[in-house]
Amino acid sequence: MTDTPLLLVRDVTKRFGGRIACCDVSFDLWPGEVLGIVGESGSGKTTLLNCLAGRMTPDGGSVAYDSASSGLVDVHPLSEARRRLLTRTEWGFVNQDAREGLRMGVSAGANIGERLMAIGARHYGEIRQTATDWLGRVEIELDRLDDRPTAFSGGMRQRLQIARNLVSQPRLVFMDEPTGGLDVSVQARILDLLRGLVANLNLSAVLVTHDLGVARLLTHRLMVMQGGRVVEAGLTDQVLDDPQHAYTQMLVASILPV
Amino acid sequence: MPDVSIQDEAYNYAYLDEQTKRMIRRAILKAVAVPGYQVPFGGREMPLPYGWGTGGIQVTAAIIGRDDTLKVIDQGADDTTNAVSIRRFFAKVADVATTTRTEDATIIQTRHRVPETPLSEGQILVFQVPIPEPLRMLEPRETETRTLHALSEYGVMQVSLYESIARHGRIAKTYNYPVLVNGRYIMSPSPIPKFDNPKLDRNPALQLYGAGREKRIYAVPPYTPVKSLDFDDHPFEIETWKESCSLCGSSESFLDEMIVDDSGKRLFLCSDTDWCQDRQEKQRVDAAK
Amino acid sequence: MYVAVKGGETAIAHSLDLVADKRRGDRGIAEVSLDQIDQQLGLAVDRVMTEGSCYDRALAALAIKQARGDLIEAIFLLRAYRTTLPRFGDSEPLDTSRMVAERRISSTFKDVPGGQVLGPTYDYTHRLLDFSLAAAGERPAAPTAPADMAPSLPRVGDILEREGMLEPPPDAGGPAHDLTRQPLVMPAARPVRLQNLARGDEGFLLALGYSTQRGYGNNHPFVGEIRFGSVPVSFVPEELGFAIEIAEIDVTECDMVNQFAGSQDVPPQFTRGYGLAFGHAERKAMAMALVDRALRAEELSEAVASPAQDEEFVLAHSDNVEASGFVQHLKLPHYVDFQSELVVVRALRAEVEARNPDAALSQAAE
Repeated sequence: MTDTPLLLVRDVTKRFGGRIACCDVSFDLWPGEVLGIVGESGSGKTTLLNCLAGRMTPDGGSVAYDSASSGLVDVHPLSEARRRLLTRTEWGFVNQDAREGLRMGVSAGANIGERLMAIGARHYGEIRQTATDWLGRVEIELDRLDDRPTAFSGGMRQRLQIARNLVSQPRLVFMDEPTGGLDVSVQARILDLLRGLVANLNLSAVLVTHDLGVARLLTHRLMVMQGGRVVEAGLTDQVLDDPQHAYTQMLVASILPV
Repeated sequence: MPDVSIQDEAYNYAYLDEQTKRMIRRAILKAVAVPGYQVPFGGREMPLPYGWGTGGIQVTAAIIGRDDTLKVIDQGADDTTNAVSIRRFFAKVADVATTTRTEDATIIQTRHRVPETPLSEGQILVFQVPIPEPLRMLEPRETETRTLHALSEYGVMQVSLYESIARHGRIAKTYNYPVLVNGRYIMSPSPIPKFDNPKLDRNPALQLYGAGREKRIYAVPPYTPVKSLDFDDHPFEIETWKESCSLCGSSESFLDEMIVDDSGKRLFLCSDTDWCQDRQEKQRVDAAK
Repeated sequence: MYVAVKGGETAIAHSLDLVADKRRGDRGIAEVSLDQIDQQLGLAVDRVMTEGSCYDRALAALAIKQARGDLIEAIFLLRAYRTTLPRFGDSEPLDTSRMVAERRISSTFKDVPGGQVLGPTYDYTHRLLDFSLAAAGERPAAPTAPADMAPSLPRVGDILEREGMLEPPPDAGGPAHDLTRQPLVMPAARPVRLQNLARGDEGFLLALGYSTQRGYGNNHPFVGEIRFGSVPVSFVPEELGFAIEIAEIDVTECDMVNQFAGSQDVPPQFTRGYGLAFGHAERKAMAMALVDRALRAEELSEAVASPAQDEEFVLAHSDNVEASGFVQHLKLPHYVDFQSELVVVRALRAEVEARNPDAALSQAAE
């Protein structure tokens, strides 16, 4: 690990009207680290993720990112042009609903190739070859390259979305319930895949999930949110095996099957 | 088109009032200053229907003067009904000389073609544009396409070309083929066949594009680089014909295909009628010699 | 040798003559006069003035006659004339509380100050063809309004507003945006949206308004008030510096009252959708009010999920002169583009055939 965090989050607060969605959230994310944010629905974890990824502007606090191109930058004051450039080069975002993260009207190859073309790739054959490689890495049959995601199962769409995000070799990936809404067996396969990719590519990631089983498999550290606040944080195994806060204890007791 | 004429005092020279012309000229100047950028303008309701050349007519009306010589073509031909109608309109309301000869015209208003005869400095080519936004069919929202242009975020356009190759083995887009102007803005060349795209590149004439219904004007100044989008390993190419023109024998011009009898027999003719007649004329002179 | 048909001046000239001839119809039947159109087809005149953005009954009647009763064509004619007219400036805002109303109803209260005034409406006619109209003959005059009818009627919306139950109308301030002179730029402010809707096609707005009632973006609407009658138009000439009345025009106004749950900053209250049309055009004014309210979804933090709530969709497609022109331009020759398509489709078919000659042949044989 280096001595600079990749993401420095300080006192991030977001309100909707008078309702607090998340309040005074601070943490550092280190290169190669996977941070989980867990809590029940309505605990503010998705809002927090959207604030971190620059998709939503917080009412207070700051998010700084140590970019490869220009060092430490404050995410929210960035111009839209630079933020969008960042999101399609150094970052990735995996939506819970793959349809939101894919172009459903174009082929799997075009979906994977889009980021490459957006940053200037102009050789059809090479783009296609890279797309084929990535189909293999996310375990989709190579002959599906020219099929549209409308013809894919839910699990395949999610794997395609992951490939579409990782093809440009981002340094930081945000994931919002990446296995939500999928069958248990499909979930397991995607979790295996994600774990392998994160380790092999030395990715950093922020993962939002309500599923403590997913958190245990994928994350190094964990933040537990309740009512928009972080009530407990620590190494994943510690938090899950020896929860300190009553809410975490309740979560672990009620949800964790293993 | 209604029968208006400048003798009728109800209408100003070239139909539009001077304020409106100034407004359009300002939009044109801005368009020329930022090649390929779509400038919104306060398009007027013209006495011919939207989609029939209201944008081109407003541009022509704003720049035309009594010393001009106007040529109007539709599908490359001077004698198609809409071209005749627009030419009559300006002959009446702007009192200008009209011509069918490309080299004699100072202003050429066109729908769907660029003349085969090379243009020269000082000439202005006015295009009628139905949908000025090249990204519209990929992204229907104006607010979003504006952002994509502002940020040069053109991946989605390349995606559509990729998809075409993946489906058809080649870029199957045949007209309104997108171009990159001056290395900055992606632009719709209007629904000209891609055959005409190379003529846009570094053309000595000024190209003005008017979209009346969508209220946008854009421009390509003389000698501006215009590149048709493609891939390194699937370079842009234009249509070719095995046949040649039945009238003038041309094998280098855009050919229209006509069905001449019930058995489906085909005949190929130059779409550019002036070019074709010019060649026939020269052939007659040569033969006479 | 086959020679391409020349479009030519003669063909166009003949076509114009044929149109004129069709317009006149059987010369044995009396020609319709502009006064007759104005007086006896008044609702058609109202629609043409509204969507033509030009309050001039005689010109609208002329346009209807010239268009042989095709109202969209008439709207087009009126607009193309209007665009050449000089513009003097903006009038003062109409004060519809000063309306001399012929009709005024509210469906939110049993009775309202000034009373419910039914006025001329088709609402309670039985839709039975009246064969007596087929024969000429004068009708007795209708009874006139009693002398005690209120000279001015307070708006129902104002009453609710004083109570805080209904949001106040926004004060846009500043000079009015003129869609006939300035382009529509998205996102559009509400006054611009209302202007677009006022010019918009009645059928389009009717269908969109209807869709909000069927669950595509529910407004929970009530007719706060519909009123129809004449209002004075005031104008401040620069050289005078004070307002003078320059005309009286008939308008139909609809104030639609809609449920709103409230947000953190605003307590629950009713919100407005607004419609205004020239002449007597209740269907148009009501549809406009429904769509206006639907388009406020984002402003009121409601989900934008239905066509009527989608500003770019509604505003870009509401204008029937634009729509009619662009749909009908498909009649213009497109043979150059089609030729390009022929060339590429042939090439693609040839490739398929080369790969799989049997399949292509058997297909051709079928």
